[in-house]
Amino acid sequence: MFSFQQYVLAESLEQAYELNQKKNNVILGGTGWLKLGKKSYGTAIDLSGLGLDQIIETEEEFSIGCMVTLRQIELHKGLNDTFGNACKEAVRHIVGVQFRNLVTVGGSLFGRFGFSDVLTCFLAMDSYVELVGKGVVSLEEFAKMPYDRDVLVRLIVKKDGRKVSYQSFRNQSTDFPVIAVCAAELQNGKKIASVGARPARAVLCSVENEDWTKELTFGSNMRASAEYREFLAKILLQKAWEELA
Amino acid sequence: MKIKFRLNGKMVTDEVVADTPLLEYLRSKGCYSVKRGCETSNCGLCTVLMDGKPVLSCTTLAVRADGKEILTLEGLQKEAEEFGGFLADQGADQCGFCNPGFIMNVIAMTKELEDPTEEEIKEYLAGNLCRCTGYQGHLRAIQAYLEAKQGGIL
Ligand SMILES: Cc1cc2nc3c(=O)[nH]c(=O)nc-3n(C[C@H](O)[C@H](O)[C@H](O)COP(=O)(O)OP(=O)(O)OC[C@H]3O[C@@H](n4cnc5c(N)ncnc54)[C@H](O)[C@@H]3O)c2cc1C
Ligand code: FES
Ligand code: FES
Repeated sequence: MFSFQQYVLAESLEQAYELNQKKNNVILGGTGWLKLGKKSYGTAIDLSGLGLDQIIETEEEFSIGCMVTLRQIELHKGLNDTFGNACKEAVRHIVGVQFRNLVTVGGSLFGRFGFSDVLTCFLAMDSYVELVGKGVVSLEEFAKMPYDRDVLVRLIVKKDGRKVSYQSFRNQSTDFPVIAVCAAELQNGKKIASVGARPARAVLCSVENEDWTKELTFGSNMRASAEYREFLAKILLQKAWEELA
Repeated sequence: MKIKFRLNGKMVTDEVVADTPLLEYLRSKGCYSVKRGCETSNCGLCTVLMDGKPVLSCTTLAVRADGKEILTLEGLQKEAEEFGGFLADQGADQCGFCNPGFIMNVIAMTKELEDPTEEEIKEYLAGNLCRCTGYQGHLRAIQAYLEAKQGGIL
């Protein structure tokens, strides 16, 4: 379990950002990941009081506050109707309902975990993150950025008419994915996919060529070998197109 | 840190050390049904209801209970007894260690899902681990319980 000396319920994003500039301080998401660590922090900064636990849908986009839980994503009708249940499919295997009622979109994206279903899913959409310091950056760019002391305010997902399908393979339900693929067909017919759990930060790639996986690096660990992952990625992409057909 | 919340129907105002997990805090208040079965957020034994939603009390902090309503098995005796009877009918429990968290999540499920399919039941309860059984007795007990509820027997 992680520990800290002081707790601050932030009154504004500016205050949270300022406090977070100190290396020993930490932002609290749903504490799912933090809890696994044994680190001791100075001040824990809670963003719970800033109304960032809402998904706001407009004609053009979804604005998803950083404190929105994965369970909210799973159950949101607008989000799942727009993207063919891809969001639900991406999160429904993560640990259990009780866990998804706690862990957040902010913590999931900021962590940029190499196993992340959440990052893989939103990367295949026209997504942006709003950061207190750097402003709005595309999720594709954010996924490549090194860790810094910024604060993620919200995720913005545009409704641009693309069709999306999420596929993952797990050795066992509720375990980390062995490989995850989120495929999208844009309105102009262009086909792209994000591939996560290779296991490395998810990346976006073009999938027009037969041997599209050659551009990517796959790794081996206790769950699967690099070769197996590459093989599965191709199969999952195929399944995604079948679903979208 | 000062917190004020409702625990099993009673208002509680208390001073907590800010990095205390909700689980340890609830046990210190006498809620011994709330147990720790793992260190990795995987077993579900520590499940409590926070504003009606099932959450892992091992994974969240006591300060996050501020302003909320928390229910543990101690506050849900009627529902627990009702469902417990169905578990007993099936002889579902072996050591019974997984039981409190499991019952909490079954109660949460019956509040949230209307007439769930077998697949939906399994998915809702995937975060509750049992080391002894093969879950089959549990599943039968849930199905019988749901049927009894729908048939107006409960
Ligand atoms: C046992 C286990 C299994 C898991 N399995 C999966 C899986 O199969 N698939 C999957 O995709 N994910 C999985 N996850 C990851 C999980 O879904 C969450 O992504 C993770 O817990 C982080 O979210 P959180 O809200 O708990 O963040 P926290 O643990 O609270 O925070 C994580 C990090 O992000 C920082 N942070 C949080 N919010 C912000 C913010 N708004 N701005 C800046 N920094 C912030 C924190 O300071 C911390 O460094 C798993 C996690 C665990 C513990
Ligand atoms: S103690 Fe195992 S999930 Fe909370
Ligand atoms: S009956 Fe022993 S852990 Fe479930």
